[in-house]
This record gives sequence, structure tokens and C-alpha cells, in this order.
Amino acid sequence: MNAAAPIIELAGVNKWFGKFHALKDIDLQIARGERVVVCGPSGSGKSTLIRCINRLEENQEGRIVVDGIELTEDLRSVERIRREVGMVFQQFNLFPHLTVLENVALGPQFVLHTPRRDAEASALQQLERVRIGDQAAKYPGQLSGGQQQRVAIARALCMRPKVMLFDEPTSALDPEMVKEVLDVMLELATEGMTMVVVTHEMGFARSVADRVIFMDEGRIVEQNPPREFFANPRNERTRDFLAKVLPR
Amino acid sequence: MPGTAEALAGARLPPVRRRGPWAWARANLFATVPSTIATVVFAATLARALPRIARWAVTGAVWSADYDACRQLAYRAACWGFVAEKHRLILFGRYPYPEQWRPLVGTLLVVAALGASAHPRCWRRWLVAVWAVVLPAFLVLMGGGVLGLTPVETGLWGGLPLTILLTLVGVSISIPIGVVLALARRSKLPFLRAAATLYIEMVRGVPLITVLFVASFVMPLMLPRQARIDVLTRIAAGITLFQAAYMAEVVRGGLQALPRGQHEAAASIGLSWWQTQRRVILPQALVLVIPSFVNSLLSVFMDTSLVTVVSMYDLTGALRLALGDPRWRNFFLEGYLFVGAVYFTCCFGMSRYSAWLERRLGRWISRPGTSR
Amino acid sequence: MVQLALAAALVLAAAFLWTNLRENLASRQIRSGFGFLREPAGFAIGEGPVPYTPSDSYLWALAAGVANTLRASAVGIVLATIVGTLVGVGRLSRNVLVRGASTAYVETLRNVPLLLQLLAWYLVLTELLPEGTDPVRLAPHVFLSKDGLQLPVPVWARGWALALAALPIGLLGAWALFRWARSRRERTGHTPQVLWPALLVALGAPVLAWLAGGAPRELDVPEVTTFNVSGGVGMTPEFLSLVLGLSAFTAAYIAEIVRSGILAVPRGQIEAAAAIGLSHRRALRLVVLPQALRVIVPPLTSQYLNLIKNSSLAVAIGYPDLVSITNTAINQNGQALESILLIMSVYLTINLLTALAMGWYNRRVALVER
Repeated sequence: MNAAAPIIELAGVNKWFGKFHALKDIDLQIARGERVVVCGPSGSGKSTLIRCINRLEENQEGRIVVDGIELTEDLRSVERIRREVGMVFQQFNLFPHLTVLENVALGPQFVLHTPRRDAEASALQQLERVRIGDQAAKYPGQLSGGQQQRVAIARALCMRPKVMLFDEPTSALDPEMVKEVLDVMLELATEGMTMVVVTHEMGFARSVADRVIFMDEGRIVEQNPPREFFANPRNERTRDFLAKVLPR
Repeated sequence: MPGTAEALAGARLPPVRRRGPWAWARANLFATVPSTIATVVFAATLARALPRIARWAVTGAVWSADYDACRQLAYRAACWGFVAEKHRLILFGRYPYPEQWRPLVGTLLVVAALGASAHPRCWRRWLVAVWAVVLPAFLVLMGGGVLGLTPVETGLWGGLPLTILLTLVGVSISIPIGVVLALARRSKLPFLRAAATLYIEMVRGVPLITVLFVASFVMPLMLPRQARIDVLTRIAAGITLFQAAYMAEVVRGGLQALPRGQHEAAASIGLSWWQTQRRVILPQALVLVIPSFVNSLLSVFMDTSLVTVVSMYDLTGALRLALGDPRWRNFFLEGYLFVGAVYFTCCFGMSRYSAWLERRLGRWISRPGTSR
Repeated sequence: MVQLALAAALVLAAAFLWTNLRENLASRQIRSGFGFLREPAGFAIGEGPVPYTPSDSYLWALAAGVANTLRASAVGIVLATIVGTLVGVGRLSRNVLVRGASTAYVETLRNVPLLLQLLAWYLVLTELLPEGTDPVRLAPHVFLSKDGLQLPVPVWARGWALALAALPIGLLGAWALFRWARSRRERTGHTPQVLWPALLVALGAPVLAWLAGGAPRELDVPEVTTFNVSGGVGMTPEFLSLVLGLSAFTAAYIAEIVRSGILAVPRGQIEAAAAIGLSHRRALRLVVLPQALRVIVPPLTSQYLNLIKNSSLAVAIGYPDLVSITNTAINQNGQALESILLIMSVYLTINLLTALAMGWYNRRVALVER
């Protein structure tokens, strides 16, 4: 596989919810190891965009290719892509009836066909990586929001994905817990994981991102490396948005 | 900003293949192989069944009370003449024929009062006054004996007015009793709590029929010989006491749904227990469970059909009475469909109303922690 | 203070009722006490698994009634659960015809009183079906008529007894196979396919036992005679109409419970399962079903209890359940109070046992939270 080929490619992607045109002519390429932050006002289509990548939403027009696998109607291509792509949700979506360890080991056991003991060892390893190994025997209901989100990150990592998608990972957290999750994401970025992050945390974008994308009304309005993006927003809508979001 | 000219200019309609009736059919009828099979089976069954049902019920049917024409049908088509002939018996039971305008007027009054009570905007004090007039008026019309109306004993009351009467009495009296039981069950006094819990759990554990048997067979034995209470009153009392246990659970649910902060706020102002219940807790809890009350109304309405078993002729019982006529015995299907349709109309209407009411009330009641 | 007043009021009321009771019973010369239970009942019971003759005691008659109640309820519960689950899932289907039919079923049956439905079923089965002399032939030797449903039944022989004994062994074997498959998956990561072998074991063991017992093939087969259908085993129209009516009605409520249970699982759970690559089937089994069952089981048990209580409506169609038999007994010996107390205690016991079982289940599967 050519190392220069983009790991995610979207070409001419359009998505409608009924008559509402949610994504308009999206063209996007994400390179291996690149950290991309997507921001924009609510309703701009940023969550829809990343959810199309792992087929949680289906685009009606356009091509999506992940790691050389094209996303088609065929279920097998969807399953292959979902194994390469890990996702972290705003609402954590941990399985409440399983312990933390079982949550993380579920994927390797049933999708990667790993024996249980190895799956649990690998799960424990990922839990240690996000610094929550001591909570392995607890149930999600017993953990705080920040702890649950870190477990969710471990769960996605345990599948050894090539790309990690984050859909507003800190938006549902109390302020004092945002940092612990962002720290984990920062570590991941430093280790070279390809990441696409939808977030309002501009500090994170400034320090971690290779590229910041601004979306509005379903279109990609502007994209630039963070220094350029924050210093010289070229589009008026970008300027409006930044004025509202950045602290004075 | 949504809706700006720029944004709208860029929006398109989805590709033709993905919208329109063909796309709808693909998604809703033929999405997967099992779905397609199901569609074919259902469509085939409907295609065969609907014309036959239409022929039986409508085109071939006899609509007038022509006994000979009906006999000639021999089940090939419906004899709605049975309904035409017997509908007054079914709807009014054994109430004397010439006086049947009285239950009719009474029923219409009640329906009007129900209509007036339906909209939350009408929930004011004058509504209580309306009911305070309508219910006794209904009873007077049915029973007679005053205002020049010939007296009709309660044993002859029947049909739809009886069903409505039992439902209204059952629900209206069981609600206050249920509130008392619910408060007692949540009280800290152990004897009160035990007594209420025992009553509620025992009544909820037995079928309604046993309660009706008690009302029918046992109550006369437990009352002094001089005090003869007629069957209707005893049955109504039985239904009320039975339903009170279920109402108690509904109210208890409402009380539990109130956030603790309400109790604490009231206590901090210095209200006594009774004042707290009356001014703060109960008003909120009861409004919260109004949709459940409507559902209880519905279930009592359906449960009144059981009084047939203890020989009272409500709507179901009157139907059996009508079918007792050997000439019209064979047309039971038409009779059951007619009565079933009456029940269905009332009950379906009530359940739709309950859903509407729940949506409407949901807009008033703010959930704790949210701001509007 | 309030408690003393209440207790005093209750005691006074009880005393008042009690004295009236004794006075009335005496004046009508009705006996008191439960002694009547030992006396011969004197009436016949139409059907039931308990062997009973009119010379048996009242107590035995009541026992027969309880057996009948449980028999009808058991069949009703199984049927209602199957139909209710199918209709409940059907209400969530993407196919608009399936969804519409399921919704129509639920709305129609929930808005018409059960008694009316039972009476209708009974009349349909006893009026619209042909006479016993010319029954509907549903299958070779399976007859449906005004006399009910007649089925062939094997003549009891050693082979059948052995087969029956081997059935639990077969089921145990199937369960053992599943356990083995599970431990194999945990050890190696791959799931061996054991569905067909398990079925083979579960059914094969009884079949082998039947063969070992001499492969008895003699059947008691219903035959159409001049007067009726005789032979085989029969289900009376009373039993059929009670079971069908109860099942259809309760299934409508179970459908709603199943539907809310499935909808109660947040959409995010399915998305998270999909995001880690679980197949749809696995996601249902490992993530959705455990959570849905927690929501479904408590109201489902209430519906089962309702079905058992509703079976008391059998008195209206002549099926000899507990209430029906008690009604006959009361009409005969006048001891209403004692009889009704007996019925109530039976139902309350059933209720109590189920509530205890439910409490145990809820505690076991409760989601652990802070």
C-alpha cells in the first residue's frame, strides 16, 4: 500500500435526511497519521460527516474509501471498514450490563476471534493505557463521566483500528472531567494515531491538530493548519463562528 | 445561520431514485427478502378476504328487521335486521320501553359533560359544579320517583347507561379513596402503612369476579336484615373498592415521581404535613398521573362487562338477553360485532384522548433540572 | 394517636359486620365453618386432568378446579407469549403491511372487553362449526367440530414412558453441548457450530429410548361414528375458547410490552455495537436482548398474573375452573363466605409466589449503579 495514499477519502459525498440536504458535495482526504479537527455550528453536518465514514449514516451520492476499501451497499465491505475504524461517541454508549473489562474485551472476542484470556489481557492493557486499569471489575454505572469516556476510548482502541473517530467526546462531560479525556486523546495523537475529531475544544485543536476544518450548512467552508486557521480565517462565516466560540 | 440565501441556494433535492412512491415502496414493502414475502402473503390474503367480507357485511346483507329474509340468508350474508330489531334492548337493557328517552337524555348529558371536561383549559371550578349537577340529574332521570317521572327500580337499569353509570361512579369515588390509601401506604405510622399495604395487595391479587361475588353473595349477609341494599348499589360499591386499590398504586406512582426537593422546600417554609400534601404535593402528583387516570377509566369501562356474571344487564349482558330470543339466536355474530363496535369506538376514543392529553400535559409540566 | 383511632374504628366495623353475619347465617340456617369441604360435592365436572366423581368431597372438587385453572393458564401463557412476541416485533417492522396488521391487532383486541371476546369465541366454536357427525378434517385423524378438537394420542406403553424419561436427558445433553461450545470459543476465539448437533441430541435421545422400548406405534385414533367422533384425546370447545380468547387478548398487551422493551434500549447501544464491528445478530444477542429483557420481564409477569386472574371468566362460558366450580358449590350449599375466602387465598398464593420470584429475578439482574 502506497504510504502517500490517503487513508480516508470522500469524493462528491451528498447526504439527505428525507428532503433535508445535510451534506453537500463533500470532498475530503485524510492522510495516514494526520490529526484533523472538524468544527462548526450545530446542524452543520460535522457529526453526520464522520458517521458516514463508518456507515452509521448512509450517503446517497458520492464515494467513500477507507484504507483502500470502498464503502458500498455490500455488508461485508461495511464490516471490514468498521474493523479498521474506531469510534468514540458523545454519550459514551458503554454496555451497562457488562463490566468495564467485558465491555472492552467484547470486540476482540466476537469480532477478532481472540481467545477470552488473550482478549481480557489486551483489554487490561488498553485500560492501563488510558489510566483506568484499576476500575476493570466495575460496571459503567459506577463510574464518572470522564472515566466512562476513557473506557469507551479503550474499547475502541482494543480493536487496533487504523483510524479513530471522535464525535464530540467531551461535550457531555462536566468541566472538571474534560481535561482527563483530552489528555488521553493528546497521548494518542503523539503516538501517531490517525484521528478525526469533531469538537468545540479549540485549545485541543490548536495544540494537536494538523488541520482544522470548518463546516457550515453541510459544506466544508474552510480548512487550514491551526495556526493559519485561527490567525487568518478567510471566510466571513468562519470569523463569525470563531468570534462566538473562542474565549476573549 | 440556517435559511440564508446562500445556504438555500446550495441545497438540492435528493436524487430521483431515492424519493417518490417507488422509493417508498422499496423501503417499506420490499426492503429485504422476508419483507417481500410478507408483502406478497398479506396482499394476497387481503385481495381474497376483503371482497368476501364486503359481500357478507354490506352488499348481500339484510338491513331491515325482516325475519324471513334473514332466515333465507343462512349465514351467507349478514342480517343487520337483528340489530335493527333489538338495538333498543341491547342499548337500554330491560328499562321500560316508553320511558327509554330518560336514559337516553341522561347519557347525552353525561357525554356532553365529558366533552366539556376534556380540554385542560376547561379545568376550572365551574367544571365541578357542572358534574355536581349532571350526575344527580342522571340518577334522577334513571330512577324517577320525583318531578312526575314514574319510578323505575334499579334492577331494570341496563345497557349502555348502566355501563356508563358504573364506570363514572366507580372511577369518581375510587380516586379519593385511592389517594387516601396511597398517602397511608407512604406514611411513617407503621399500622397505617401495614393496613393500607395489606388492602392494596390483597385486592390487586384477586380477580374482579371474586369481588363481585362478595358484593353479590356475602355483603347481604354482613348487613343487618333491615338494611336491604339493592344489587346495583352493592355491585357499584364492589367495583369502587376494587378499583380504589389500583388507583392507589397510580397515585403512589405520581407521588414517587415528584422530586424530593418539593417536600424539602415545603418543610423549609414551615408547612405542616397536611398543608404540604394539600397545597404542594397532591396538586402536582395528581396532574402528573391524569393520563393514567384516563387509562383507569378505560379499564373500568371494560371491566363493567363482568357484571353480566352476577346477572346485571349491562351492554354485554343485554346482548346475551337479546340473543336469548330463539328466533334471532342464530345472528349472534352480527350482535357481537355491533356491541364490539360500540365498545371499540368508546375505548379507542378514550385511548387516543389519553395519548393526546399526555402530550399536552407534558408541555406544562417541567421536568426537574430543565429550564424552558 | 391517629393509629389508635383507626385501629379502634376498624375493630368496631369488623365486630359490627361479624355480628350481622352470624345473625343472618343463623336465620337462614346456613352452616358455618369449613366442615363442608369433607362432604360429597354431588355435582359433575365436565373435564380436567384430576380424576373426579360426584361422590368426591367438595375439597377434591375445588382441587379439580384449581387444576383446570392452571391447565388453561399454562397453555394460555405459552401461546400468548409466542403470539405477543411476534406481534410486538411486527409492530417495529420496516414493512408497512406487517406494521399495520400488528397495530390493528393490538388496537382492536385491547379496546374490546375480554368477556365479550370470550363469549364470541365460544359462540363461534359451538355454533359455526359442524356437528360431531360430520366434522372438519384438519389433518388425517384430527377432527374439529362442535364437540371440540379431537387428536390422536399414542396408547401408553413402555416405549413412550422411556421416551419421556429420556427427554430431560436429551435437553441436558444439548445444554452441555452449548456449554462446551462456549468454553471452546473462550479458549480459541472461534465458535463451533453446535445448533444442529444439539437439536439432534435433544430429539435423538427420546427417539432412541422409544426405539429401545419396542417402538410402540399404536395410536388411539379418533373415528367418526354415527353419533359423534370417538377415540383419541379431546379438547372441549369450552377449553379451546377460553385458551384462544385469553391468549389473543393477553398477546395484545404482551406485544406492547415487548415493543417498549426493545425501544427502551438506547439507539446509541446498537451504534456502539456496530462501531466495534459486531454483526447485527451478535449485537442483538449480546447487547440489545439482555437490556431489553430487563425492561420486559417485570411487566410481562404482571400480564401472566392478569391472564391467570382473567381465566376466572371461564364461569361465563361453562369451563369448570376454580371460580366456576365454586359458583356451583355456593349455589348448592350456600356457604358463600368460606368458598370465596378459599378462592381468594388460592389466587393470593399464586400472586405471592410470583411476586417473590419476580423480586429475586429483579435483584439478580439489576444494573449496578452508584
